[in-house]
Amino acid sequence: MSQTIERPSAPSDERLAARSPLRKLLGRPEIGALVGAVVLFVFFSLVADAFLRASSFSTVLYSSASMGIMAVSVSLLMIGGEFDLSAGVMVTTSALIASMFSYQLTLNVWAGVAISLVVTLALGFLNGLLYVKTGLPSFIVTLGTFFMLAGLNLGFTKLITHNVATPSIEDMDGFEQARSVFAANWTIGGVQVNISVLWWIVFVAIATWLLLRTRSGNWIFAVGGSASSARAVGVPVTRTKIALFMGVSFTAWFYGMHILFNFKSVQSGEGIGNEFFYIICAVVGGCLLTGGYGSAIGAAIGAFIWGMTSNGIVYAEWNPDWFKFFLGAMLLAATVVNLVVRRRAEAGQ
Amino acid sequence: MTARHEAGRPSLVELTGVGKRYGNVIALRDITLQVNAGEITCVLGDNGAGKSTLIKIIAGLHRHDEGVFRVDGREVAFGSPREALEHGIATVYQDLAVVPLMPVWRNFFLGSEKRKGSGPLKRLDIGFMRGTAKEELLGMGIDLRDVDQPIGTLSGGERQCVAIARAVYFGAKILILDEPTAALGVKQAGVVLRYVVQARERGLGVVFISHNPHHAYPVGDRFLILKRGRSIGYHTKDEITLDELTAQMAGGAELDQLAHELESAGVKGAPELREEARDLGASD
Repeated sequence: MSQTIERPSAPSDERLAARSPLRKLLGRPEIGALVGAVVLFVFFSLVADAFLRASSFSTVLYSSASMGIMAVSVSLLMIGGEFDLSAGVMVTTSALIASMFSYQLTLNVWAGVAISLVVTLALGFLNGLLYVKTGLPSFIVTLGTFFMLAGLNLGFTKLITHNVATPSIEDMDGFEQARSVFAANWTIGGVQVNISVLWWIVFVAIATWLLLRTRSGNWIFAVGGSASSARAVGVPVTRTKIALFMGVSFTAWFYGMHILFNFKSVQSGEGIGNEFFYIICAVVGGCLLTGGYGSAIGAAIGAFIWGMTSNGIVYAEWNPDWFKFFLGAMLLAATVVNLVVRRRAEAGQ
Repeated sequence: MTARHEAGRPSLVELTGVGKRYGNVIALRDITLQVNAGEITCVLGDNGAGKSTLIKIIAGLHRHDEGVFRVDGREVAFGSPREALEHGIATVYQDLAVVPLMPVWRNFFLGSEKRKGSGPLKRLDIGFMRGTAKEELLGMGIDLRDVDQPIGTLSGGERQCVAIARAVYFGAKILILDEPTAALGVKQAGVVLRYVVQARERGLGVVFISHNPHHAYPVGDRFLILKRGRSIGYHTKDEITLDELTAQMAGGAELDQLAHELESAGVKGAPELREEARDLGASD
């Protein structure tokens, strides 16, 4: 920052002063979500006495993490200009694979975990490859793989276990060890904290570093902002897009492992509809639906808003049936805010 | 002060009798032109005259079928734009290849990012890139308020200039500018022309594609006029005036013919068109 300032011939500094730090902050993609999060926090603190208890906060954090881990990679994919509607069921697919491989073949659970990682990454690669090869919108391609996976989840589970859920793998080799990695519960100061909250924060940090400080991050913004321009200056567009789909499948595997080791058995019909929640977290957090703009921290704030709202309604002793209405209204509001932000960014202040 | 082409040194780019066919369509035939360091060679012509085909050959998108294409005196036939780039030939296309929502400095280095550190900590050298982008743009006379602003907030002319500065920074010796002033207003076009001259003064050879002789004549050193894939004139500046150039280019004879057609169809304004054709020196 400082090496160019001593240049005496640059009169640019006096014009720069017009842009205050506040203005700069207002230009960040996650600012709308941050304001929304503060407002909701104050709101639920006022209407729900139970909301401010430490135990409630840990519950809010846990449900935020349950959305947030996936929202990280989904937001990267959206910045890269694409959707993945199969993200929700892919979590279940991944958990089912690990569970059934270990149980049916009586293997150490780590073998199932490893096989699941390979298969799930391959699914992400397939999504990316289908998108790249067909040239169809990713919305259509992943809508197709979404239904295919949902069908396979149910079909295979019933075929193999003659049930809609997998049997518990609690007493199998390696279970406790795997549980301590993917689903450990710690008690800190009388409050229970799940390790998934920690992993969530780690993933957000890695994604933020990737986006803002690495070449890959530059490429992600570029392929989402203008794929043809990116290609013209030598950015490997195809490779970047496929990697983004594989990023989604990686977190799907990770969160699938959390579900498996937290609940011991997997419901094969789970996960349908969650893909929309991930997208909502990313969009509320400032990702543009059209790509090229957004942040991983924004998606994390979006997930936190999701966690606060879904639990706050319960603490306020309202009927939780209303939750989805709020969610939809928030999505609309966030999209309008994003539109304004984008217009400002494109047309100058 | 223009660095003149030294006698005895080969031209940066030299085409001799170059032609190109697409199947049985002859897109370009018998084109001869030189681009020297510190000179601007203008290629003029109407839509469909073969300008794009000519750029594509020099930029490495298409291979020529006839004639000789030399870079620095050595005969070449490029198979890809990357090969052309390796020979120092950079092309600034009309759509500029920028990502509007990304900051100016990220756009400047996109695809050729400078990094530091190693292993998993390998990261962008942001300080260097920001400083360099600012300095390089200043060197071209573009004084930006803030290289962190999205490039979409710049005017069309400024964006064109950033694209030119980028090509120059990454070692271009020959710069091909595809209609850089086409979509711009009078004032903006003036700004871009100034940077084209800047690039020349830095010793680059410039190929300036245009259909506007009023933009080309003031800055150009050589003029190649294309029509239907053929050269209908190749002049150095001292051989031709702006009026003659305009006449050759606009095809005064065609205007005259159009006036005839309009007249017989009873359209108003045909006499003015005839007048215009006469001014261009076509029908007397």
